[in-house]
This record gives sequence, structure tokens and C-alpha cells, in this order.
Amino acid sequence: MTTATLPDTDPPKRGWYKRNEIAVTPWLFLAPAVLFFAVYVIIPIFQSFSISLYDWDGLGQAEYIGLANYQELMNDRAFEVSLWNNLKWLVFYLLAIPAGLFIALFLNQTVAGIRIYKSLFFFPFVLSQVVVGLVFAWFYLPNEGLLSNMLALVGLGPVNVLGDPTWATYGIILAGLWPQTAYCMILYLTGLNAVDPEQVEAARLDGAKGWKMLWYVIIPQLKPATFIAFVVTIIGALRSFDLISIMTNGGPFGQTRVLSFYMFEKALSEYGFRMGYGAAIAVVLFLIMLIFIAYFLWSMYREEKGGH
Amino acid sequence: MFPRPIQQASAPAQTAYKTMLPIALILWLLPLIAVAIFSIKPATDFTQSNYWGVPGSFELFNNYGQVFFNSDMPRYMLNSVLITIPTVIGAVALSAMAGFALGVYKFRSNIWVFFMFVAGNFVPFQILMVPVRDLTLDLGLYNTKTGLVLFHIAFQTGFCTLFMRNFIRALPFPLIEAARVEGVAEWRIFWFVVLPLMKPALAALAVLIFTFIWNDYFWAIVLTQGPDAQPVTAGITSFNAQYRAAYHLMSAGSIVAALPPVLMFFLMQKHFIAGLTLGAVK
Repeated sequence: MTTATLPDTDPPKRGWYKRNEIAVTPWLFLAPAVLFFAVYVIIPIFQSFSISLYDWDGLGQAEYIGLANYQELMNDRAFEVSLWNNLKWLVFYLLAIPAGLFIALFLNQTVAGIRIYKSLFFFPFVLSQVVVGLVFAWFYLPNEGLLSNMLALVGLGPVNVLGDPTWATYGIILAGLWPQTAYCMILYLTGLNAVDPEQVEAARLDGAKGWKMLWYVIIPQLKPATFIAFVVTIIGALRSFDLISIMTNGGPFGQTRVLSFYMFEKALSEYGFRMGYGAAIAVVLFLIMLIFIAYFLWSMYREEKGGH
Repeated sequence: MFPRPIQQASAPAQTAYKTMLPIALILWLLPLIAVAIFSIKPATDFTQSNYWGVPGSFELFNNYGQVFFNSDMPRYMLNSVLITIPTVIGAVALSAMAGFALGVYKFRSNIWVFFMFVAGNFVPFQILMVPVRDLTLDLGLYNTKTGLVLFHIAFQTGFCTLFMRNFIRALPFPLIEAARVEGVAEWRIFWFVVLPLMKPALAALAVLIFTFIWNDYFWAIVLTQGPDAQPVTAGITSFNAQYRAAYHLMSAGSIVAALPPVLMFFLMQKHFIAGLTLGAVK
């Protein structure tokens, strides 16, 4: 080390912090956030992986059982149903994106009072999922509900959406689509606002209109909005829990469970405190999500490299 | 502008558009309108199965009075306030600092720390449930508002840092360099130069986090139980168990529980939408 023999280039001598200010400051500013995030988010992800290898009731001694929880999952009918339902959520929840675009196109005008219309259309997103769940549960009530009453007007019999094992999940997804469509709508309204008017005019002069214009000129320009809509909708679909808990509590006959709900049931409800098994379900859910997370991060990484 | 402005269309088309607007809105909000009507109906309407007819009498004050003075709802509402406000302050403060560090300084692990926050923010939070509940129990914070607040701050910091960092990246960097040349200390640059410019981001995040946390249900039932600490989203379910089939009270309760974020949205609409749509435009 030659440091000791170096002449003091900077008299009067400044403190260590002053000399390293640029290098140290970011870490000082990061410290609280990183600490919180590590303790409550990053470390628990790894802990869940480890807990999933144990048989544990949350209180007593945990017993290491290797991959037994995962082996049990393979033969668990309820797990299979939950997995399929998660897939349905993923596919049908994405309908929020075209639906949101449709409403955004409908509302992208400048007539009197349009701003109020836009905010009222957005309104469902601000409601808690608990309230949305209650509202739709009443909407679906077999005899008294608004849906059955409206069907009666056109001569159709009463329906019990949430009591029907085949339709209940779709009924819940529809309730979830309500606020999610509102979110996608606001993303697209913002995106449409920024569409380059000169390109639109140029395309019009070339004779493009209607669907062609939408597909070849408008939608490519809405790409950033579409990307965000995808991210939030996929995350929302995989996190879905509140609506199921409120509207059907997993029923009828466990047919509306999804992974997040099933893991909660296994780990924390009257069905027994099986923390290890619950953690194993959560790990599966996480691995599904990881595919999307990797894709999102990769897209963002490319963006960072390209943008700067 | 796309679609073509309606003003350029024929007169009948314009009229059609203007009549369709309110009809579409009513259809869109129909479930909500139904609940609003339920909440002013008397109990007898439901026993006589007059669900969708004209209300037998106007019971707005009675029903909402019941919710406010004859139930646990005010306690749950207070809990929600005491959980939401500290979370907003904590998450915004932590992420403003982290966003400053990631947005202004160039160091090698910068992008990896940033991606850690982004990735953590996308995680399905069920994978955190067992360990976080365990940690909260160990800290003696189970069934306390503090336990819930600490977790919420940590989790929201992911999204907020993403937001703040991108916002700071868009600020004019020469401003910071000029301050450095003047010999201003780094923390003073944060406090006196960057923070004042971040006001729109701070406002947007504050209203967004307020809404997210107020509406949280999952963590409320994982980390708390009972009216001592539970927020209103969890409270509404026990409220409904108490008034089973009393649709007029359940409706009134739900509307009360939903009101604060709704007010927040309508009062701070500009910031709210700016926050939600960040990144939707290049």
C-alpha cells in the first residue's frame, strides 16, 4: 500500500465523509428503504421457500420433510382446481385491456361535461375490492338480485351465478373486470391524448380510417400504455383474493378457489394451520409470477439501455 | 385526434352520441346505483321483498345514523385512518430518499438495487404471508396497527421507489451539478434542490398509496383481528355478519367504508391520474 506515503494533496485535511461524499451518500439515502424492503419482502421470499420444505403448524417444532409437500400437491384435487382457476383468471382478466381501450375510444371526445363522464367511468377503480365484491354479490343474488330481475324482464328464469360451480368463477372474474377495465381505460385515455395528431392526419390523407387506422396507426402509438395495462392486469389476476373471499369464500364445493386463496385457507383458516403446505402453494404461485416478472424486467432493462 | 371529433359528424350522429353517453354511464355504474338506493330504503322493504320497487320511505338519516352511532364502524374507520396516514408518510419518505439515490448517483449496483425494488413490487404477496405473519408475531406486533403499518411501508416502498426514481431521472440534471459546483452538501441538494421539484410526484404518490392502503383487505385479515386494530375493509365483513340480510344497513356501511378514497380521488383527481398513468406516455 502506498497510500501512507502519498503527500497530503488536500490540506486542510477533510473528514472521511467529505472525501467520499459522492460514493457514500447514495447508500445512506438507500439504507432505510433497503432495510425495510429486505426485512419484509426480499428475505421472506426465501424464507417461504425454506418453510415449504417443512411440516409446521406455526407454533410447535417444524419437521423437515424435504419435497413431501410438493409431492402432496401433485395429487391434491383442490390444488388442481385452483391452478385451473388461476389460468381462467389470467385469460379472462386480460379482457380488461380491449374493454378499457373500447371505452377510452368512446370517451375520447370534447363535448360538454366529458371530463365528469371520464371520472365517473373511472370511479369503480377507487372502490375497495371488498365493496366491489359485496356490490356484485348482491347484483347476483338468485331471486332478489338485479341480474335475475333484469333477466326476468326478457322472460329468462332466475340464475344463481355464485351458487353454480361452473359459472361462479366467471361471475367473480366479471366483478374483477369492472374496476380493472376502468384502470385500463384511464391508461388508454392518457395514451390517446399523446397520439401524434400529424401522423393521424397524414394517415387520413392516405385514406386510412376506422379499424385500419386504429390497428396500424393508433395502437402502435399506444404501446407504452398497453405494456403497463398488461403488467397491472397480470399482477392483479394472480393476486386475486379479496373478491373470492368476499363473494364465495372459495365455494361452491371449493370450485372458485385460486392458488392465493387456497394457500390462505391451508395456512391460516379452520382447515388447519399447515404453514409448510401453504408456503409450498405460494412458491408455485411465485414461480408462475416469476415468468412474468422476468419478462417485465427484461423489457424495462432494454428500455433503460436504449433510452440512455 | 382519434377517433375523429364528433363535431365533424352529422347532426343526428352528434345527438346519438350525446344520448348514449348518459345511458352508458348509468349501465356502467348500475351495481353501484343499486347499492345507493338500497342504503336509503327501510328494513320493511326487504322483508316484503320490495327490492327494486320505489322505496317505502326515505330512511337515509336512519340508516346512516345506525352505521355511525350504533355499530363498530366508526372504530374501524379510525383504525383505517391510523393505519393509512402513517403508511403514506413512511412510504413516501423512504422512497423519496431511495429514488433520489437511484436517480441522481451513478454507481455500479444502481440498476440491480432498482430492479430489486421493481421485482419485489410485482411479487404475489401471498408468498410473504407466512414469514411476515411470523415476524410480526415475534416482534409482538400481531393484531396492532403498528405491525400493519410497518409491513405496508416496506411493501409500498417498492412501487414508490420505482415511481420516484423515474420522476427524478426526468428532472434537469444540470441543476444538481450547478449546486455541486457551488459546494452544496449532498443532503442539502436533496432537501433544497430536488425535493421542492418533486412536489407533484409526492402528491401523486400520497393519494395513490392512501387509496391502496385504505382498500387493503388481505393483510388486514392476516395481521389483525377484531375491532381493536382492524381497518374498515375487514370491519365491513364482520359488520355484515352482524346485520346479515339487513341490506339497507350493509349498503350504507359499504358506502361509508368506500367514501374516503372516493373523496380523495375527486379532490385530487389530477395527481391521482398522473400517478396511475406514469409511463403510459413516452
